[in-house]
Amino acid sequence: MLFIKCPYCGIRSQNEFAYGGDATVKRPELNKEISDKEWDDFVYNRKSPRGKHLEFWHHISGCRQWFKVHRDTATHEIFKTLKPHEEL
Amino acid sequence: MTQEFRLKDEGLIDRSKKISFKFNGKKYFGYEGDTLASALIANGVHLVGRSFKYHRPRGFYGVGVDDPYALVQLIRNNETIPNIKATEQELFEGLEAKSVNCWPNVNFDIGGINNFLRIFLPAGFYYKTFMWPKSFWYRIYEPFIRKAAGFGVVTHEHDKERYEHKYEYCDLLVTGSGPSGLASAYSAAKNGAKVILAEDKPRFGGSLLTSEVTIGNQTGKEWADKIVTELKEMPNVVVKNRAQVFGYYDHNMLVMSERISEHMPKTEKFMPKQKLWYIRAKEVVISSGSIERPIVFGNNDTPGILLSSAAKEYMKVYGVLVGKKPLIFTNNDSAYETAIEFKKNGINPIVLDSRKELNSDLITEAKNLGIDIKFEHVVVNANGYRKVKSADIAKISEDKTNLGKIENIACDCICVSGFWTPTIHLASQSGGKTKFNEDIDAFIPSQSKQNETTVGSANGIFNLNDTLKNSFEAGYELSKKITSKENKLSVPAVVEKKNSKHDKFWCVPLPKGKKYKRFLDFQNDVAVSDIELALREGYRSIEHVKRYTTLGMATDQGKTSNLNGLQLVSNIENKVVPEVGHTTFRPPYTPVSIGAIVGREVGKHSKPTRKSPMHSWHEKNNAVFVDAGLWLRPRYYKKGNETLFDASKREAENVRKNVGVCDVTTLGKIDVKGPDAAEFLNRVYTNAWLKLPVGKARYGVMLREDGIVMDDGTTTRVSENHYHMTTTTAQAANVLSHLEYYLQIVWPELNVNVVSTTEQWAGAAIAGPKSRDLLQKLFPETDCSNEGLPFMGFIETKLFGVYARIFRISFSGELAYEVNVESDNGNFMWEKIIELGEEFKIQPYGTEALSTLRIEMGHVAGSELDGRTTPFDSSLEGLLSKKKDFIGKRSLQKEAFISPDREKLVGVVPLDKKTSIPEGSYIVRDANAKLPNPKLGHVSASCWSVEYNNPFSLAIIKDGKNMIGQKLFALSPLKKKSIPVEIVSSHYVDPKGERVRS
Repeated sequence: MLFIKCPYCGIRSQNEFAYGGDATVKRPELNKEISDKEWDDFVYNRKSPRGKHLEFWHHISGCRQWFKVHRDTATHEIFKTLKPHEEL
Repeated sequence: MTQEFRLKDEGLIDRSKKISFKFNGKKYFGYEGDTLASALIANGVHLVGRSFKYHRPRGFYGVGVDDPYALVQLIRNNETIPNIKATEQELFEGLEAKSVNCWPNVNFDIGGINNFLRIFLPAGFYYKTFMWPKSFWYRIYEPFIRKAAGFGVVTHEHDKERYEHKYEYCDLLVTGSGPSGLASAYSAAKNGAKVILAEDKPRFGGSLLTSEVTIGNQTGKEWADKIVTELKEMPNVVVKNRAQVFGYYDHNMLVMSERISEHMPKTEKFMPKQKLWYIRAKEVVISSGSIERPIVFGNNDTPGILLSSAAKEYMKVYGVLVGKKPLIFTNNDSAYETAIEFKKNGINPIVLDSRKELNSDLITEAKNLGIDIKFEHVVVNANGYRKVKSADIAKISEDKTNLGKIENIACDCICVSGFWTPTIHLASQSGGKTKFNEDIDAFIPSQSKQNETTVGSANGIFNLNDTLKNSFEAGYELSKKITSKENKLSVPAVVEKKNSKHDKFWCVPLPKGKKYKRFLDFQNDVAVSDIELALREGYRSIEHVKRYTTLGMATDQGKTSNLNGLQLVSNIENKVVPEVGHTTFRPPYTPVSIGAIVGREVGKHSKPTRKSPMHSWHEKNNAVFVDAGLWLRPRYYKKGNETLFDASKREAENVRKNVGVCDVTTLGKIDVKGPDAAEFLNRVYTNAWLKLPVGKARYGVMLREDGIVMDDGTTTRVSENHYHMTTTTAQAANVLSHLEYYLQIVWPELNVNVVSTTEQWAGAAIAGPKSRDLLQKLFPETDCSNEGLPFMGFIETKLFGVYARIFRISFSGELAYEVNVESDNGNFMWEKIIELGEEFKIQPYGTEALSTLRIEMGHVAGSELDGRTTPFDSSLEGLLSKKKDFIGKRSLQKEAFISPDREKLVGVVPLDKKTSIPEGSYIVRDANAKLPNPKLGHVSASCWSVEYNNPFSLAIIKDGKNMIGQKLFALSPLKKKSIPVEIVSSHYVDPKGERVRS
């Protein structure tokens, strides 16, 4: 079980959190004309890297904040956690 | 019955406490402190089971967790438990155990014939033999193999035992209480660290219990006792025996199973059997010790052959002799301790040492005691079937390839020592790397991945002096990192015997013309010849060899067999062991009860139960409940002998005719507040929200970004910047997370806050033509007329002094209202509604009637919004705004979503107007078409229409809107039904929606 540092609450066990997917994906702006490809890239197409991955987690059984986790998908090492609008 | 093999006074058992137990139906005695194994050996019983494949007789090979043989079926508190190691099970009064894998009994086992058929049972036998004919596998081969295989039987009964879970945090977890574990724990604890010390055996001390050493001015055991006593008294230390740390997981999370009461008869009802500890440790010291390796020779699995260290422990801890004519076969010094121990107890052992004559402290001592030592001698083969009777021994050449003249000597046990294998399981599970140490012919941990340090013999250090020095140092350094204290202890002086070098020898060659089975893996009957065959057949990777031959598999996970297997593979392949590598170590280190993993989360405790404030009223009024997620909701209120069908029909009819009340507390409720709330709702929902006035509700549909309907519900504008959103019961939590995602990540510029208020409100839906009359009675001061409270209207008012909200919304399609009060007033509200509703013939209705009402109205719910349907599919396209963007809108342009071929919502009525259509039925054109019958769609929900008094269903079928009027079939192969049906509009009742506005 991972040990995740919520940027708001501190270090907690994984069972307080829910995984929230790739954090590098940006939602296209509203009312903007975009191609099918751009939309598909946003909705469906994800990389599945072995190694470093920036991802969202949601502290559902805690402060209910979404935040970013920089994690190694092979070793589960967590390098850093950030608030949603902080950059690596 | 006398215990013929019990020593007079040696051992740590309590001879004043006699314990009676039963093995295979026969009564025996032992003493407190015995294991089942030691007590059986004391009684001269060496035959405990049969082996897995050849059903060869099995005795004891080890003394604890290392034993691959002695699995028994235990009967405790009338429960039968398989896979219990006799070497670990402590004796208690009335214990009962049975041999496994034998029939009719352990002495005469029919399966033993496999032993003589073994040339037909080589490695990969199952894969080769049972492939043909294909149809035989399922019917004949598999049931037969299942019956013949296995170590014991699981019960079909519910496990009545209690298992507990505990989460713990510590600075330092120490896994094992041998000299290295005690030293690390003590030194860290004295430096202020919070320490957990775990020992899998009942007694602390590990090798100190059996070795002849002095620490300071005490014996090893006295020193261990003193340290443990002191540790137990320290407030920053938790000391646990009977506790096996079996798994090392991510981020320094380790799991330990503690045997709380398995070692005694059950006395207290709520006494847990085991406790599973989840331990998050800042640092871990792995002090798991080492396990002696076998030397491989002919028929080396015969009962009476065991590890020499086990023989010593049986004497020194349990006061039991494994035999009276012992043969000791070794390639190193440590077996001499066993020989000396035998000698001290008046037994004359013979030692066969594969090495050239040499001297060391121990060898000299043995010589001085007059022990018969034959250097350059080996055991070639053991004779005897149920117990070893004699051994064929021979002189061996220096290169270990040629045997001299074979000689037969009588013996009743053979104690084997092939040197020591560090127990690196936990270190490897942690993700750390291992390396092969040529000096000890075994793998040791090398590079750590997590915060763990391996000390003592687990790290390949076999002398006490270095072990203590390193362990005291490790405990100090690790604790200093955490506590920043510098209280360093001095390492006590050690007196121990110096060992000479072991012989790199592990397998005795076969004499010319002999084909003895030489076993590598005792639990799975894997012999040298099986590995040779696998390699001849082309298996190269050690992981493949393992799976093909089953070497190192099963419950002991190759604790005694792995290294010899690797040696053999590397010899045949002309490689060195590190090139072959080892198989992956995976948790658990020892078998763990499924019950311990589940813990207390069984039955009603497996998940929380949510109840509405009106729950007790429902109970008192004969509600039959149904699970709705975690909620318990009344399904129907049973009157007399009513069936579900009768009751729900009655309740639904009453709503259509008079008035009904339904508990809708379970609906998800979310408060949406802030100056940008309207804009936010406008983005979340597919329809327009900017112009919704205060005091009005609106129905909304929200999509996922992929265009699939996520949820629906009404949202009401309570005040300028305050909205009350409702969600379906099932999606409440997902919708909240969804909203939070968009507010926190995608549109943080929106000034909006969301919070769940599901549990703050109790809700009652009052539905039916007489609902307004009832409402007016409930709220005499409030204008409840169609003008005062129009359809989709909302008012805040008082229910006999209690704050209440009234929403004029309808799920049933009737004139209806939803009243919300604060949860604490829920029961008051409900009872008032029932009381004042009496004159209007009110009846409560449950979820079944609720479904009936919504189905015949064509209102979609979870069975239509099943995560696959778009707004077009579920007849919700009218709610799609063309003017604004919203979540998921861009996906709706996708070709697949606008294809006319998509399945869409329709109504279905059976032609005979009698036969109910099972939910899940397929809609097809031709009931008798060749299979697979082309499917047009499926029936999503069915009811008995109370409006028309005939069955009615909703279905989602291809090109649905153009199918109306067609005569098709509903097929349910499961229920063996084929029903001619007509496709009709999904709006079966009141298609214009006049009633809700009346």
